[in-house]
Amino acid sequence: MVMQNQRKTYGDTLIELGKQNDRIVVLEADLGKSTMTFLFEQEFPDRHFEMGIAEANMVSFAAGLSLTGKIPFVNSFAVFSSGRTFDQIRQSVALGKLNVKIMGSSAGLSDFGDGATHQSVEDIAIMRALPNMTVIAPCDSIETKKAIKAITEYDGPVYVRLCRNDLPNIYPEDNEFVIGKPVVMREGKDITIFAMGAMVYEALVAADKLNEEGISAKVVNVSTLKPFDEEAIKKLSEGVKGIVTVEEHAEIGGLGSAVTYALRGIGTPIETISIGDKFGQSAENYRELLEHYGLTADNIIRKVKGLYK
Amino acid sequence: MDQKEILSLKKTAANIRKGIIAATSAAGSGHPGGSLSITDVMTYLYFKEMNIDVKQPKKPDRDRFVMSKGHCAPVLYSTLAERGFFPKEDLLTLRKVDSYLEGHPNMHTVPGVDMSTGSLAQGISAAVGMALAGKLDKKDYRVFVGMGDGELEEGQVWEASMAAAHYKLDNMVCFVDYNGLQIDGKITEVMNPEPIADKFVAFGWYVQSIDAHDFEQIHQAVENAKQQKGKPNMIVCHSIKGKGVSFMEGQAGWHGVAPKPEERDRAIAELDEYIASLNA
Repeated sequence: MVMQNQRKTYGDTLIELGKQNDRIVVLEADLGKSTMTFLFEQEFPDRHFEMGIAEANMVSFAAGLSLTGKIPFVNSFAVFSSGRTFDQIRQSVALGKLNVKIMGSSAGLSDFGDGATHQSVEDIAIMRALPNMTVIAPCDSIETKKAIKAITEYDGPVYVRLCRNDLPNIYPEDNEFVIGKPVVMREGKDITIFAMGAMVYEALVAADKLNEEGISAKVVNVSTLKPFDEEAIKKLSEGVKGIVTVEEHAEIGGLGSAVTYALRGIGTPIETISIGDKFGQSAENYRELLEHYGLTADNIIRKVKGLYK
Repeated sequence: MDQKEILSLKKTAANIRKGIIAATSAAGSGHPGGSLSITDVMTYLYFKEMNIDVKQPKKPDRDRFVMSKGHCAPVLYSTLAERGFFPKEDLLTLRKVDSYLEGHPNMHTVPGVDMSTGSLAQGISAAVGMALAGKLDKKDYRVFVGMGDGELEEGQVWEASMAAAHYKLDNMVCFVDYNGLQIDGKITEVMNPEPIADKFVAFGWYVQSIDAHDFEQIHQAVENAKQQKGKPNMIVCHSIKGKGVSFMEGQAGWHGVAPKPEERDRAIAELDEYIASLNA
């Protein structure tokens, strides 16, 4: 299995897009070597702007740039680019539906060593709460590349969440990425598993193991958290015995919230897997944290079996 | 500027002040105090200085104005209406349901508004972005910004100030309406942002201090700003909150309170009297 890094893919994709579109400008808050915008800076020094450790200004500044026709990509760790700048995103960008792309790097628990201060467990929730906002969490590098291209063509504010660590490539290369459209990664008839980001891979592993035990699980990659395609979610939940959601995010306001809301009243049992109502913490590696919070294939399997009782 | 031109600007400013009073009074809420203190600066910019076209409010090469202290929407609206961007009678719809004149300015609905503002300090950051884009695209347009002195208490102002100086945005001219009062009282007592001019000098700006109600001084400062290269421009405008209406002048209480009908009538009568004296 090919392992690839979403951040690196994002950096490379920006260069590719930058060659085709000179309206793209990239803003950085002193984390360019981590967010990988240094790659764009090397190629297009005139269209890369270091804004210093001043994220609030960076977001409103991007709003000003967008009003002159530029397509600004704003970069920082997700916890800062969505949280520290929430009011700037709300007032300067979302309210006016401006064409600013907010990039959330090292999202979720993926900045494992730095601990709770640097781990975004609520970014999807706060970005989803904003009218006019589009929220995307790609599952791997292949999807990241397609998503970055799609949001560049889309005129409006977007938040994108990227993982710090290498992830296995699982997204179908020939699949066209369409903002808002969930993708069936594996067909199945007994259970539907809705997953986002790094959890899509865990869901696929779980589906394989469940299959060996005679349980056919459908795996759906819900990479667009907003706009949320409720009709598609309902359709993909028809005829199954149970539904499981799994996300590397707090239980409030993320994928689980969106799916259970979309499926209100259907009567099919639903289980959710998330970080819960908690902050993250430091660990020696990413895997250790995912296991600590139960964000694994094994836990998905447990939840699925629980639905059969 | 000759005396005739100054006289004409004074009359225009008085008419804009009348619009502020009428609009806030009709709304029953709003911010007349800080609107009246920056009225002369706004009058100078929109009637003497800025390259704008009322028929093409969004023309790409226009000069931009960002009201970073968005609560002073009444002066922005009254100035734009006086300049012909939309009918003056619409000012009376301020803050009404379904009116395009919201409590804080919306660039998508109000002709002539270049940036939606309301959350303090974000306007100056957006203006820095516009100014940088102008440099990037090798355009000659300039970006003007209206700020409050209380607004300087927001940390983002200083992030934006650093960025404007860092990128040498001499195409940017910022006005701080230094009336010394904010909602809770004197700025020096609420959270002292002084010394204001010194702070911007330290941040790398070209700073001038003027009497905000003297058109000749506004004119000289803006002309000086045009000559500066390599630094953003700050014009610290010593002003009187509530300027032009005797019972509102120097009163923090008029920051965010609308005149009642009898107060409106007194204020309008004073301004009419002033205009008559200018005509005579």
